Amino acid sequence: MTEAKYPRSEVNLDKCKGCGLCIAACPMHVLVESPKLNSKGYHYAEYTGSGCVGCGNCFYSCPEPDAITVYLKNYNPNEEV
Amino acid sequence: MKKTVLRKPKGFNDVYRHKPGAEKDRTHYCPGCGHGILHKLIAEAMEDLDIVDETILISPVGCSVFAYYYFNTGNFQAAHGRAPAIATATSRANPDKVVISYQGDGDLAAIGGNNILQAANRGENIAVFFVNNAIYGMTGGQMAPTTLPGQVTTTTPYGRNVDTDGYPMKVCEVLSQLTAPTYIERVSLHDAPHIRKARTAVRKALKNAKERKGFQLVEVLSSCPSGWKMDPVKSMEWVKEKMVPLYPLGVYKDLGEDARITVRPVPVMDPAAVWEKLGISAEKDVDFPRGDVPDEYRKMSIRVAGFGGQGIMVTGQALASVALEYGYNVSWLPSYGPEMRGGTANCSVNIQDGIIGAAEAVKPSMLLAMNRPSLEKFEEFVVPGGTLIYNSTLIDTEPTRTDIKVFALPITGMADELGNIRVQSLVNIGAYAAITGMFRVEDVITLLPKLFKGKKQAIIDLNARAVKAGFNYVKENF
Ligand SMILES: Cc1ncc(C[n+]2csc(CCOP(=O)(O)OP(=O)(O)O)c2C)c(N)n1
Ligand code: SF4
Ligand code: SF4
Ligand code: SF4
Ligand SMILES: [Mg+2]
Repeated sequence: MTEAKYPRSEVNLDKCKGCGLCIAACPMHVLVESPKLNSKGYHYAEYTGSGCVGCGNCFYSCPEPDAITVYLKNYNPNEEV
Repeated sequence: MKKTVLRKPKGFNDVYRHKPGAEKDRTHYCPGCGHGILHKLIAEAMEDLDIVDETILISPVGCSVFAYYYFNTGNFQAAHGRAPAIATATSRANPDKVVISYQGDGDLAAIGGNNILQAANRGENIAVFFVNNAIYGMTGGQMAPTTLPGQVTTTTPYGRNVDTDGYPMKVCEVLSQLTAPTYIERVSLHDAPHIRKARTAVRKALKNAKERKGFQLVEVLSSCPSGWKMDPVKSMEWVKEKMVPLYPLGVYKDLGEDARITVRPVPVMDPAAVWEKLGISAEKDVDFPRGDVPDEYRKMSIRVAGFGGQGIMVTGQALASVALEYGYNVSWLPSYGPEMRGGTANCSVNIQDGIIGAAEAVKPSMLLAMNRPSLEKFEEFVVPGGTLIYNSTLIDTEPTRTDIKVFALPITGMADELGNIRVQSLVNIGAYAAITGMFRVEDVITLLPKLFKGKKQAIIDLNARAVKAGFNYVKENF
């Protein structure tokens, strides 16, 4: 069985400051701190790739305007303006 | 419409073009700073309420001093604690706009304590977002009025002592005693459910503001990982465990349906009406007929600079006062900076026929440099083709500019020869008259009793000789 594409959380890794607030806020524990550093020297947050329920906690906990995007269940990439 | 994606809200600028440096796509905030979380809630609410284009946001002094980099609104940045005053003026002059006053706890509850109290008491049509992080973040972690008892800061190294430092300031509790405010709530950012409550409060305040329902204030318990020297996740635990018990969350005031929409008279920006009220005739009475002034000297923006005590301010005032008598519009703007203690004192003078916009002579058409530091500081700013007058008695270096007219005048020497170096200012006026053709020496001399009201005749005569000396020196040497 292939997993549904959405919901899904996506970290814009170069804008992430590695604060870890999204990781702490995720009820499904599907965000983790990367062992790798981004271009600014932070261990950025990463979505493990499955298990996101689209609750939005990570988005609202993240202080950076553009570091996290959450595609919700009903997201349709073709409708994006 | 139901959201299908949660992404950077449209209340933010795409690119933070006002932010200096290369990083125009991320904020200046420390990792995990609560300011960023609140910014996102405000930006999202503005987008959803469709008020981005009708909102004016006032940035404070504090870490959020640069909020204007980020919000795609109209923006002002206020002096420390004065955001409610600027918000008041903005809201009064633009009654159809949503006006936000964004403030930290040092800004709002310390230096700006009275400003917020009065704005709340007047029921100004503004939405205040008040970030309580129990510290002065920007300046490196000093005690704020909201600092907790026992909390260690750089200015309370043994912990805040309520007997010497007072008790934490409870802003919602205090302001909710007033009659005018419409809505006051305290929220917290310490976990996702509370961030959602904060989100609801932000939206309510902005919705009320959109409907012009008076004064809204949302206090936001927030974190300052850097100032507290804690990692971001621990900081949020600290908010929950230490701050929330001391600062109870909830609605402190809500007039709900009883909220009154106050219609206030819009201030009139009509110079003629203001002149009439002040009893000033808008018609200028021109006393002195103008002589032939070359085009290049008809619109003057002058920087006068030198040591304190060299008559810098008097020179500026005299230039403006004399020009006024010829019917010019004039401005005189002293700059009293740390430079008052040595180095350079300076002032700006504008003389022209049109309306004067900025009073500061940022790019002067004329520089009058009375000492070497002033020459070095301001020479580069003179507009190409402009004029430099410098005091050759004290300045032994050559100016570096070759694209401007240069007059080297022994100003201090001439004044000294006249017997009193205090007459340097009027030597300057004489020289200015000779260079520009704007003033006649006789006219200036007639004005001296007015300029030196109450001074002895001997002083006035001495200054008259100074004017002539400055004028003649230029005529004889250039
Ligand atoms: C008139 C004036 N006094 C003092 C300062 C220094 N100053 C800058 S920010 C600040 C305190 C800011 O604290 P807060 O409002 O809590 O903002 P935060 O950085 O914590 O968000 C002070 C005292 C100043 N800039 N202007
Ligand atoms: S949307 Fe919710 S479940 Fe998905 S990653 Fe973010 S916090 Fe976790
Ligand atoms: S909350 Fe934002 S900045 Fe912090 S780790 Fe997560 S994505 Fe990065
Ligand atoms: S010092 Fe504190 S309030 Fe200021 S940006 Fe850093 S974490 Fe935020
Ligand atoms: Mg603060």
